[in-house]
Amino acid sequence: MKKEKEKNLTEHGMPGKDITSESYLQTVFRRFKKHKLGMVSLVVFIVLGLAALFAPVLAPYDPNEIAGSFSGAPCREFLLGTDQIGRDVLSRLLYAMRISLLVGIMATLISTVIGVVLGLVAGYFGGAADMVIMRFTDMVMSFPYILLVLVAAAIFKPGLWSIILILGFVDWPGIARLVRGNVLNLRETNFIKGNLVAGMSLKHILFSEILPNTVAPILVYATSVLALSMLDEAALSFLGMGVQPPTASLGNMLNGAESLTVLTKQPWLWVPPGLLIVILVMAINFIGDALRDAVDPNSK
Amino acid sequence: MTKYIIKRILIAIPVLIGITIIDYAIMCLAGSPLEMLKGPRVSEAAVEAKKIAMGLDKPFYIQYFVWLGQLLHGNMGYSVKSYQPVAEMIRSHLGPTLLLMGVSLIVSLILAVPAGIYSAIHQYSKGDYAVVTASFLGSSIPGFFLSLLLIYIFTIKLKLLPSSGMITLGTNGGAADVAKHMVMPVIVLATSMAGSNIRYIRSAVLEILQQDYLRTARAKGIGRFRVIYKHALRNALVPIVTVIGMEIPMLFGGAVIIEQVFSWPGLGLMTMSAIIGRDYPVIMGVCLLSAVVVLIANLVTDILYALVDPTISLN
Repeated sequence: MKKEKEKNLTEHGMPGKDITSESYLQTVFRRFKKHKLGMVSLVVFIVLGLAALFAPVLAPYDPNEIAGSFSGAPCREFLLGTDQIGRDVLSRLLYAMRISLLVGIMATLISTVIGVVLGLVAGYFGGAADMVIMRFTDMVMSFPYILLVLVAAAIFKPGLWSIILILGFVDWPGIARLVRGNVLNLRETNFIKGNLVAGMSLKHILFSEILPNTVAPILVYATSVLALSMLDEAALSFLGMGVQPPTASLGNMLNGAESLTVLTKQPWLWVPPGLLIVILVMAINFIGDALRDAVDPNSK
Repeated sequence: MTKYIIKRILIAIPVLIGITIIDYAIMCLAGSPLEMLKGPRVSEAAVEAKKIAMGLDKPFYIQYFVWLGQLLHGNMGYSVKSYQPVAEMIRSHLGPTLLLMGVSLIVSLILAVPAGIYSAIHQYSKGDYAVVTASFLGSSIPGFFLSLLLIYIFTIKLKLLPSSGMITLGTNGGAADVAKHMVMPVIVLATSMAGSNIRYIRSAVLEILQQDYLRTARAKGIGRFRVIYKHALRNALVPIVTVIGMEIPMLFGGAVIIEQVFSWPGLGLMTMSAIIGRDYPVIMGVCLLSAVVVLIANLVTDILYALVDPTISLN
């Protein structure tokens, strides 16, 4: 980075102003930095992500071990107090964030892969394949999303992996539609037609020419899927149909607030996990917004 | 135009059939209804007799058509728990849910439409940033967490609003009482909807403001006020119609969780207790109903869309 700046300085006499020679990623990052809330969110997300990743190192106590008195208020020993059976809330919060992020990221990966493959096939081949895939997408989209998730959660045994799979397999239609639309547009461009004339293989055209050109919008969309799946995990676990105790997730930590004593007298048990969900989801949404501006070819 | 409408309806028919197949498949996946019957005091022969009586000895596809035929006669089956007809249960719970959804939708539009338009007209101003940030907060806060916060503030601390049910127990209710019970669930549902709507309307209006016909209007010198209120807003109706269409599935989903938290006696609460009690005929009835409602809502949106923007029907 520094070296490049020096080079620019010698060639043009102006530090960091040369944007003709920067790579695509540099362009995106330069535009991303303009979005102040996006930058702040990125920092917040990285800090929280690292805290979740290093939960075993950072957590002062074992999240599932009884460490202190029942429902103890926050004090020096237990910074966020203890829960109904005496577990350290701060430690559980760190582990819960780990689980919630894991669920969100895995579910997003699964739905993105499904959506991209179906969208590519539907958009590129058109005809019957397109018809069948898009009508199927319409059908899945017709069922209210959360209802489908709840029903699936009722049929399959609730647990960490079933919730990941359920969210992943229900969330793909949006991405499939997006990819299909982009592929339809790209198919009409001259460079794809050029590839066809040049006799490039189908695999090459689909994965080396079309896919890279639609990665940016997919990435932007994936951030909103990530935000949504984290909200859904929280809602499901809150209802007791998601991640099962003793494993902590941000949603099931809020579960206790259904009891009146917890809600009124022990706010340290339910406010921190709730706030953490809001902060995480908001950060993800802002990052998505900044990314949308940054990858938009029409912006400066 | 008629051709376009017919085409949209023809596309919707296979989707509708597909919805019934998915619905039926989920019901089969969930297990045989005979399992609920089995017990130490029920003989094998009785189960077998019931199996034939229920038509479960026939092949999968015939069972599907039998079920579909019943459905067309308005028979959605019977609850495994209460033995009431599912259609009847849905009918009796529909009212409160429609009331809640309708009011929330209106409130969210009252919030989102002016905010989105204001934000677009004053792009990059302090007000715009405030509105956009608020809209992100609205769509990032989990409904159940906002509900808990509201209950904590308004019910427990201020003792202003009731936190559960639709009417005060032991009274006849009355409009004022129902309205009081509705405040918090409506705030929660409207907040999450307004959050995404504001951004949608904002970007749609921004796009309209860059159109050539608005530049022409401005060039004619008719004044900023008339440009925005006569030329821009009329065209902003299109995205607003779309927003209402997109809202319907969100409302159905949101209602399930929010009704549970506030014990609102609607379809959502009924569905949730059916899900917890594994009352599959009820769950499937609700799924089917909501999917059909969503499908119809999409169809109506498409047609309205074509009415406001005639170029669409030509493609």
